[in-house]
Amino acid sequence: MQTLDELIAASPVFAGLPAAHLQLIAGCGVNERFEAGSYLFHEGQDADRFYLIREGSIALEVAVPGRGRRVLETLGQGEVVGWSWLFEPYRWQFDGRAVQATGVISFDGACLRGKCDSDHELGYELMRRFAASMVERLQATRLQLLDVYGAANVP
Amino acid sequence: MSPEAAIDAMVPAQFILRAKRRESADTWTLELEPRSGEPSRFAPGQFMMLSAFGSGEVPISISGDPGDDGRLVHTVRAVGLATRAICEVGPGQMLQVRGPFGRPWPVGELAGADVLVLAGGIGLPPLRPAILTLLADRTRYGRLTLLYGSRSPEQLLYPRELEQWSARGLEVQMTVDSAGPEWLGHVGVVPRLVRQAKLDPAGTVAMLCGPEVMMRFAVAALHERGIGSERIYVSMERNMQCAIGLCGHCQLGPTLICRDGPVYRWSELERWLRIKEL
Repeated sequence: MQTLDELIAASPVFAGLPAAHLQLIAGCGVNERFEAGSYLFHEGQDADRFYLIREGSIALEVAVPGRGRRVLETLGQGEVVGWSWLFEPYRWQFDGRAVQATGVISFDGACLRGKCDSDHELGYELMRRFAASMVERLQATRLQLLDVYGAANVP
Repeated sequence: MSPEAAIDAMVPAQFILRAKRRESADTWTLELEPRSGEPSRFAPGQFMMLSAFGSGEVPISISGDPGDDGRLVHTVRAVGLATRAICEVGPGQMLQVRGPFGRPWPVGELAGADVLVLAGGIGLPPLRPAILTLLADRTRYGRLTLLYGSRSPEQLLYPRELEQWSARGLEVQMTVDSAGPEWLGHVGVVPRLVRQAKLDPAGTVAMLCGPEVMMRFAVAALHERGIGSERIYVSMERNMQCAIGLCGHCQLGPTLICRDGPVYRWSELERWLRIKEL
């Protein structure tokens, strides 16, 4: 059976980190499981955690008056869910729902922020890796906003 | 092309609409039979010029199975005057057809390769003949994968066929731009699927068709995964009118899409696609 730091090391966001940093990060994580359809978090709640998906997928949703719940993005195996734990006011901006039975490593945000405050090298590495993930998803969101498959874009 | 051949290529043939199937709110699949009785032969990726009487002519890729003799199959999205008129034609009525035209997908050169097919929206129909050709001789190829993006679950084309293709050895991953909670698939853009796809870059050939901006970003993701421009093929869409390289309306840099395309290696086009004015 793999230890948490081994599992974390295999994920794209933490791959290549030194063993000491992986152990520090793993020290803030626990395995969790969510049934299909259950919510990991809701908009407006305290964002005290983030998740690394081991299996399954998580939909980020928002409730739109008159249109019901809309899925904005789906995240799958190896991806990280949650940035709000990094920045004040530490509140979830959207709802997160397990699309299938989903296994995650759940990280205590305050625990990891504390370790980053006392080890700036770890803090820099984590921030750099989360920023790369944010940029990739921001670029994808911009493409999504273009509505490239809409009728206006068909020649 | 000789003057006689050019004249022949400009004369439309009469085709009878034999069957019509609604794929989504604005998209139809049409099965056409030549009035002459002569079967239509084509290669995957080629296109025809279609018109309903009095409503202008448009290039539409063939979406049928090259292995089926006789009927010509097109999936058409009704978005303009000409395509709306084509989609309004009923069974038993006539359409005017010229073609087939253009350079096809390089399906014959893909033996032994892993093939990654990327389709966006109405870009799936031009890839359907290539997919059917690959699946007809499945053991000749390595891993076959389709990454297919659509605006919403309701606009996904050929849903039953996608399941059949999956059962026949094509790994199918779909994604949509927006969905309600009942959708259990992926939400997001095709380039994100490319970043997550299982692939061996050295042995993979990619074929793409979709909106040009989607293809640009998908190609960038393929490059990040290590697939070079020489191994990426795209089908281009421009204002094709004569379809035989005479009128120049579909010019892109030094190439005429109707004559030299619509299928190109990305390496042939990337320089020209960087020039926004073209």
